[in-house]
Amino acid sequence: MMTEHAPVLAADRLTSGYGEVPIVRDVSIRVGHDEIVTIIGPNGAGKSTLLKSVFGYLPAWHGRVLVAGDDVTGLTPEKLVRRGLAYVPQTNNVFPRLTIRENLAMGGFTLTNGVKDRIDWVFELFPVLAERPRERAGRLSGGQRQTLALARALMLEPVILLLDEPSASLSPKMVETVFASVIEINRRGTAVLMVEQNARRALAISHRGYVLANGENRLEGSGSELLESDEVRRLYLGE
Amino acid sequence: MAQAVEKSVVEREVALARQRTTRWSQTLGPWVPWLLIGGFAAWSAVARTDQFVVGVIVGSLYGLAAVGLTLIYGIARVSHFAHGDVMMFAAYLAFFALTGAVVGSQTGDVVFPFHLGQLPGATEPIWRFSFGYGLVLAILIGATLAVPVLLAIDRFVYQPLLRRGSSTAILAVASLGVAISMRGVMLLIWGPTGRRYVGGIRTTVDIPGLPRIVADQFFIMLAAGVLATAAYVVLYRTRLGTAMRAMADNADLARASGIDIAATRRWTWVVGGGLTAAAGCLLALQSQLSPELGFILLLPIFASAILGGIGSPHGAFLGGLIVGVVGEVAVGLGVISPGYKMAVIFVMLIAVILLRPRGLLGAQS
Repeated sequence: MMTEHAPVLAADRLTSGYGEVPIVRDVSIRVGHDEIVTIIGPNGAGKSTLLKSVFGYLPAWHGRVLVAGDDVTGLTPEKLVRRGLAYVPQTNNVFPRLTIRENLAMGGFTLTNGVKDRIDWVFELFPVLAERPRERAGRLSGGQRQTLALARALMLEPVILLLDEPSASLSPKMVETVFASVIEINRRGTAVLMVEQNARRALAISHRGYVLANGENRLEGSGSELLESDEVRRLYLGE
Repeated sequence: MAQAVEKSVVEREVALARQRTTRWSQTLGPWVPWLLIGGFAAWSAVARTDQFVVGVIVGSLYGLAAVGLTLIYGIARVSHFAHGDVMMFAAYLAFFALTGAVVGSQTGDVVFPFHLGQLPGATEPIWRFSFGYGLVLAILIGATLAVPVLLAIDRFVYQPLLRRGSSTAILAVASLGVAISMRGVMLLIWGPTGRRYVGGIRTTVDIPGLPRIVADQFFIMLAAGVLATAAYVVLYRTRLGTAMRAMADNADLARASGIDIAATRRWTWVVGGGLTAAAGCLLALQSQLSPELGFILLLPIFASAILGGIGSPHGAFLGGLIVGVVGEVAVGLGVISPGYKMAVIFVMLIAVILLRPRGLLGAQS
């Protein structure tokens, strides 16, 4: 699956963590154009921390983060957004006291014009949001909230979308909807890097995947390879 | 044995009583404050119109300052105990711009030669007001000059503490230090004696639909209305205001949306601090200027912000109106001494918070 261009996003031997303790150690990943890449691993493997350090919430202690070949290590989230990255946290991923439309407008904060057109584009992709644009986000159901969180992140037409456990705490039906959205977003030309507990469903829609354990790279392969690997089946799929 | 039985009976009764209270307070409790406050407002508007109107005037100023307080708390994460002193400081800046006076030696004030009062006709009373256009300009200058002072305080006191990971308690105490310093500066420059912008008698006016009020109070009413409208437009109709509310909701997500949180923080001091300073200048017109007044103002303003639900600008303004009206009307009944005004306000606040912990318009959980 290697592309001839530089990958959209790459972490190169990244080490990061909180306080004194490194949570992510020497991890390398890359995401090519138009790829969906999933990171799986047990609880505490450092998956979410990896996303947060890639997105600049946490400083990189060692290693580099590259966006389309450019070194962006140390840039803040505010700056990385302008480089085409978008990030959806696992929880607290909408502005609860803002309306749906205001949430989307904030997603498009850095746009100087065309915010309205982009909101219409997002409404077309997620018609459920267009039904009550003046509803406060805090009043939405879990699934609608997750949809709004995705929509907010798409406002700037990101080249790559980082998703932290998009299916966590959703009903099985909503999980299907969210994964269908991820496929659709990817089909429209955005690369996706996601961290998932729901490894089986996530790998099934992914081009490639990484297995993280104890904050280090453990395995790497295509989605189907990982799904069929004995180690993954035994350790993470409970078979 | 008998004792054990007795104990279990008592325990069960207590548990049942607790359940009943929980059910009652969960269903009806949150609405009781609305009913009581609404009823009281309606009654006092009819039966105690004079005090009600004064309460609305004073309360609108509390409300504006409380909007500033709630924004600074929600966005800059500072429990701003210097808020009352900021109001007074802005009023003194306006006073200085108008009169040029600072306290001198025993002989009295030293008056700086350049001040607005010198402009031709600046002190000529407009309409029935006690003041001329000079004071209007002075208030604008006072409110404007208070903003860079606040920005400097944030830059050199609050932000360094936040960067070191100081807790909210430490920031609150730091702001108390700022309050005491500001009061010291005011005492030093303008002395402890109360002052007024302009001396002389206040004329009353009859305005259709209102009881007879002092003309200056009518000006305060109009100015407060303009400021409240401006604050609403900025917060709810502009990109900046939406970004401010977004940052209050979730600063990390605001960063992920590309919002410059440092700039938004500065704008919060401009908008929230400017409102507060303007309210302070107007409040000094209603009562007087005194370095001690800042700390006294702090109580009703915190009460307003908490009553309305901390973090909610609408709630803070509404809270200010309620605090103003309840204070004026309670004292106007003549049953209790004016010295108990704050006590009445706080008893009401405690009652509301017990029944509705998030305040009147506060966000759930």
